[in-house]
Amino acid sequence: MSDALKRTPLYDEHLALGARMVPFAGWEMPVQYAGIIEEHRAVRSSVGIFDVCHMAEFRIFGFGAFDFLQRMLTNDLARISELGSAQYTLMLDAGGHIIDDLIVYHTGDLEYLIIANASNAETDFAWLSEHAPDDIEMVDESERTGLIAVQGPEALRIVRELAGADWLAPARFHIGDAVLDTLPALVARTGYTGEDGVEIICRAQDAPILWRALLSFGEVTPAGLGARDTLRLEMGYPLYGSDMDRTIDPISAGLGWVVPKDKQDYIGASPVAEVRARGPKTKLVGLVVAGAIPRPGMNVLHGGTVVGKVASGSFSPTLETGIATAYVPVDLAAQGTELAVEVRKKTLTAKVVKTPFVSSTSLSA
Amino acid sequence: MAHPSDRVYSKEHEWVVVDGDVATIGISSFAQDQLGEVVYVDLPSVGDELTVGDSFGEIESVKSVSELFAPVSGEITEVNSALDDSPETVNADPHEAGWMVKVALSDAGELDALMSAGDYDAFITEG
Repeated sequence: MSDALKRTPLYDEHLALGARMVPFAGWEMPVQYAGIIEEHRAVRSSVGIFDVCHMAEFRIFGFGAFDFLQRMLTNDLARISELGSAQYTLMLDAGGHIIDDLIVYHTGDLEYLIIANASNAETDFAWLSEHAPDDIEMVDESERTGLIAVQGPEALRIVRELAGADWLAPARFHIGDAVLDTLPALVARTGYTGEDGVEIICRAQDAPILWRALLSFGEVTPAGLGARDTLRLEMGYPLYGSDMDRTIDPISAGLGWVVPKDKQDYIGASPVAEVRARGPKTKLVGLVVAGAIPRPGMNVLHGGTVVGKVASGSFSPTLETGIATAYVPVDLAAQGTELAVEVRKKTLTAKVVKTPFVSSTSLSA
Repeated sequence: MAHPSDRVYSKEHEWVVVDGDVATIGISSFAQDQLGEVVYVDLPSVGDELTVGDSFGEIESVKSVSELFAPVSGEITEVNSALDDSPETVNADPHEAGWMVKVALSDAGELDALMSAGDYDAFITEG
């Protein structure tokens, strides 16, 4: 693997905005502009835009596309038979462990679009290619594709300003086309913040023009990876690499809802059925910790014994307290259970709570 | 982000203002900017002894944690407890309302090792 960090088409925009750049999954990405908390609050109260061009886009088409993806992915693809609909799903290895979490969009007749994590782009494409039958074509469109997330209660209103008054916004978890400020794009009503909003899929070279067009609205705030992380964690959305990886099964991760019980013929199905039958040993729970920020890798204790480690952990700008996720033994996973987190020299009380940590957003309204 | 010239600075980015034999300690405007929005400030108690160079607390932002290193030695006479409820004051007003502790200096000679505002500005520019 090369040491050189990749840059998105929006790299120069970030520098011009004074962003603090950090390495992330092989990319040089903005972690913050004005400040994580400020950006977080802008998304919860108005609208923020995120450069997510680093994410991977694969297009899969052909007569065998449905059967192929139905075998590769855990969720039931028949649920998105309607053109333009989308679903959250997982790709598992033969042992039932998570290769990646993805969104698959039904973009056309015999055609699907997958958006995958940047950190898994190569692994995913190789795994899919390895299993691809002769009757499909698969194209990695990541290089030539830009992706901008527009998120917040005012997001749809802003996008409509660019798309024109006649534009029909796609419904939640749907995708449609649009012409934004003369530029062709796909607009997906999906996101990773817990707010209403869209993700704009466009030609890579058009991304800076759209970015600037969006920023021309006074209520739009550029938001970095820092805010993206606090926003998704408040919603209890799992992050690949922190909350799930090649050692974790979907049931333990609390993702049984994207692995329908009656679906059988996908890769990883039998080990998942076994975990379901005997019950998982550990479960991913939400923790609230006051007094310091619980950070990934810190020990989780019960009665002085280490029972797990923090998977994701940060500060919740909405609740103004530390929040975390951790895998703990199932008998300690009940809501209200008192655990502790070892934060450097201190041991702080950590209470198991139901996720999402924050339940009132523009999506719940 | 000017650093006021009425005080001296450490290489660990603390400032010290001396009034008689009492030193007030905080972190510089440069330091709070590097940290980002401060969410927790963990300070010692009145009566605790600071030893120059030792860690005496920590300051936490969403993305990072920094230790506070004592720029001088002495006994703590006062702690800015307002920072418990309003840690963001460290960002908003690092050189005044965002002060952290007051110390009865045990060795005023330690101040000689600290930098003037001009030297500190040069120090942070060099990186």
